[in-house]
Amino acid sequence: MSEKQTPGKIILSVIIGIISLAWVYPVFMILINSLKVERAISTTTIFKLPTAESFNGLDNFAKALTSQGFAQAFGYSLFITVSSLALILVCCSMCAWYITRVDSILSKIVYYLFVFSMVVPFQMLMFTLSATADRLDFDTPYKICIIYLGFGAGLAVFMFTGFMKTIPIELEEAAMIDGCGPLRTFFSIDLPVLKPTLISVAILEAMWLWNDYLLPYLVLDRKKYTTIPILIQYFKGSYGSVQMGPMMACILMTILPVIILYLVAQKYIIEGVVAGAVKG
Amino acid sequence: MKKKLLSAILSVAMVASLLVGCGAQEATAPAAAPAAADEADDDADEADEAEEVAEAADGQVYYLNFKPEQDEQWQALAKSYTAQTGVPVTVVTAASGTYEETLTAEIAKDEAPTLFQVNGPVGLANWSDYCYDLSDSDIYSNLTSDSFALKNGDEVAGIAYVIESYGIITNATLLEQAGYTVDDIKSFSDLKKVAEDITARKDELGFAAFTSTGMDGSSDWRFKTHLANLPIYFEYQADGISDTKAIKGTYLNNYKDIFDLYINNSTCDPKELASKTGDDAENEFAEGKAVFFQNGSWEYGNLTGKGMTDDQLNMIPIYVGVGDEANQGLCTGTENFWCVNNEASDEDIAATLTFINWCVSSDEGTQAMADMGFTIPFKAAKENPNVFVQADAAYTQAGKTPVSWNFTTMPSEEWKNGVGSALTAYAAGTGDWDGVVTAFVDGWASEKALAE
Amino acid sequence: MEKAVRKYWPIFVLPTIAAFAIGFIYPFIQGVYLSFCKFSTIKKAKFVGLANYKYALTDASFYHAFEYTLSFAIVSVILINVIAFMLALALTNKIKGKDVYRTVFFMPNLIGGIVLGYIWKTLLDCFLSLIGQPLLALNEKWGFIGLVVLMCWQQIGYMMIIYIAGLQSIDTSYLEAAMIDGANSLQTLFKVKIPNVMSSITICLFLTLTNGFKLFDQNLALTGGEPAHKSEMLALNIYDTFYARSGKQWKGYGQAKAVVFCILVIVISLIQLRATKSKEVQA
Repeated sequence: MSEKQTPGKIILSVIIGIISLAWVYPVFMILINSLKVERAISTTTIFKLPTAESFNGLDNFAKALTSQGFAQAFGYSLFITVSSLALILVCCSMCAWYITRVDSILSKIVYYLFVFSMVVPFQMLMFTLSATADRLDFDTPYKICIIYLGFGAGLAVFMFTGFMKTIPIELEEAAMIDGCGPLRTFFSIDLPVLKPTLISVAILEAMWLWNDYLLPYLVLDRKKYTTIPILIQYFKGSYGSVQMGPMMACILMTILPVIILYLVAQKYIIEGVVAGAVKG
Repeated sequence: MKKKLLSAILSVAMVASLLVGCGAQEATAPAAAPAAADEADDDADEADEAEEVAEAADGQVYYLNFKPEQDEQWQALAKSYTAQTGVPVTVVTAASGTYEETLTAEIAKDEAPTLFQVNGPVGLANWSDYCYDLSDSDIYSNLTSDSFALKNGDEVAGIAYVIESYGIITNATLLEQAGYTVDDIKSFSDLKKVAEDITARKDELGFAAFTSTGMDGSSDWRFKTHLANLPIYFEYQADGISDTKAIKGTYLNNYKDIFDLYINNSTCDPKELASKTGDDAENEFAEGKAVFFQNGSWEYGNLTGKGMTDDQLNMIPIYVGVGDEANQGLCTGTENFWCVNNEASDEDIAATLTFINWCVSSDEGTQAMADMGFTIPFKAAKENPNVFVQADAAYTQAGKTPVSWNFTTMPSEEWKNGVGSALTAYAAGTGDWDGVVTAFVDGWASEKALAE
Repeated sequence: MEKAVRKYWPIFVLPTIAAFAIGFIYPFIQGVYLSFCKFSTIKKAKFVGLANYKYALTDASFYHAFEYTLSFAIVSVILINVIAFMLALALTNKIKGKDVYRTVFFMPNLIGGIVLGYIWKTLLDCFLSLIGQPLLALNEKWGFIGLVVLMCWQQIGYMMIIYIAGLQSIDTSYLEAAMIDGANSLQTLFKVKIPNVMSSITICLFLTLTNGFKLFDQNLALTGGEPAHKSEMLALNIYDTFYARSGKQWKGYGQAKAVVFCILVIVISLIQLRATKSKEVQA
């Protein structure tokens, strides 16, 4: 096939270009409205660009940052995502290695339990899980990662075992004969080979952790901690009026870092998703 | 080999927490679990532990607040109280529309709220198991009237902490431009005459009589709850009752009249009402596009925040053409009752009672409540800068009778939603008034039966 | 070797299993048990047998939520997959700017459901207001369309990426053979391309179907079930029963609904598993 741009391809490109505008526009809309004064954001004026009169500078951002504890919520979201992710990657890869290498009935049962847990909807556990977390005092951002390890283990273990099976066992046996213990074998032989899978598990889990709403909402101690998705709810007043300006600013500040990260690391993210899907 | 060490530590931590977890399920003293589990964790929790020790000695307050608008002020007040007394006060505000679910979730926790609120008898029915009897409390003795206490049999289950008024907020400046004053409106027929005259001269004047009647969730409570209060109030008055299992709908025609007046004299076509929100209505009023805006004293902050001044603002009663209109006042009442959680420890209950009493009797507390825009039904209440509150006081002083809030007896949220949907359909022309009547009368009976 | 590894279980599997027990197994078993109870807290649970199930299975709102979820899942699965596949075909065509487009289409996946819901609520309310239609909260029809549009917007990019990977992995010799045989592009599509990406198709179908069935965040933020529970999907219906209604009986009802929901999702997954297995045999 030739690389030449035939007229057909150019038309196709233009059409897709137009479609892709629909993907960019909502973000653009958030941007323009975050710069407007409250009065200028109502159902009929959302699509209008800010004018000299309705332009509000960065006031909404200042408001969002100060009044609702945005920075704190952002910090907690980040901390929870990173700590849970680290725990999931380390523990689940080790667990997956063990259950693929040790062929016992127990391993099989554990494996199928993990697979089963992937399917179960969160609503099934929402009450009992939050009660358990409350009783064990796991309702802080520092310990919620244990809950996430438990609830998020299914997918990670499943994907890791899928990949482990393809690693030739001879490599490990050679290492063992050279005197490596199982731990060292795992970390020096398997982990490096596992890198692509680690990345794709990391991406899938991170997307879930960062955006998760209901689990932290029910589990975290509301007296002290909020995360970003929970925070967004707080721009509504008790009699229904919404602080649209600060809310738009808050949304923008939430999605911008993610989009930037995505643009920087998109090669890994897209590959990770593909790998995850093919194995899943 | 650092990784080896790390994983070893992790697994130890996990084992520890699991064992502790299992232990806690069997042990009768759950307090042992947190302390042990902490060993395996960050030093960040040491602060928590220290806090807990202090709390056990003095009791603590955990207030689940209903009103997001006042969140910051509550936080500040709590901080100040803690600084003065050393009693920790935590204020958590539920996001709008999620109070019930937040309370349901929080009450099941070990550290449940010690102070929460219900909206009246209907709310109390669900939470009465958790309500501490306040009859011997200081705060109860500070109430200006016994009618502000929520009774459950002989027990005082809740104490109203804020009184609000609603009516028709009027832009006095625009009304003058149209050639009238607030004093010209003394009855439903006056209101109708003025509103229809303004509509007739809409283009010349450049503004409409009423703001749009936003029927989405941000604003429909103004009609399905607050406006619907009037036919219920007058029916209760006529029958001499305060609640009923089956509403008759005696005054539903008056309800129709006032609703028709709203939708036919507003800034937009009735068919477009369903595409307006509460924010739209508020913006229209703040920008001088309408003279009348049915809302309550809580709107004061929003309207002045949008640039309106005190001399522009006034509030008149909602006349519907029933009863003694010459002596009708604003709709004044409350759906905010404080309840103290009877499952909290004795220390916590004591601390909570002291705190709420401080809020409504101390100088700083009452000042803070006034700054939140609250009129509080307590002896030590401070004067409120809110012009709508002052309007209410003026009406009462002139000998007019406030219309009480009877929507606390409405059967359920389901009922309100049913009426709301029927009103929306009626306004849009897709449904007729009979639909509203059915939702109102039949819906009342079936929802009341469900609540039994 | 197996023997050597075996005794290292406290290090390798225990942390995960312990967390799994706390975060999944124990709450799951307790959840099943509580579905037979009337309770406000776990300590105060009272066994009531099948009463909760009786209510759940006769509850009109639950039934409506089921129908709504089902029709939503069907519509969104078809739309998302068809559009994603067409975009994937176009973008594997070596057109100008394909990398940029791929980046743009995938972007919404990184934004959380709650945030997405609020973005689209703002956008759609404005659009509806301009065309003189009732707002989302009052508009059952547009609530549905809104949810579908939102899900398409979010998921098309993801599925497209999977389809692109599938299409690119087709052995070029097949395509060349088809060209030599004189197949036109439509024939190539149906005879060569689609059969060869069958595994991608099953994956995508499964993902979109389960995502559709389990949808919660977007539903909550976009319509919140308005008007009057008409746009409420199963997950939100369960949540509402559980938390938004006060009174002891509701928790039991909610938990029973959750078990029913759980069984439903498991059945769908089993059917899926079967379908994948039989496809693999054919291929």
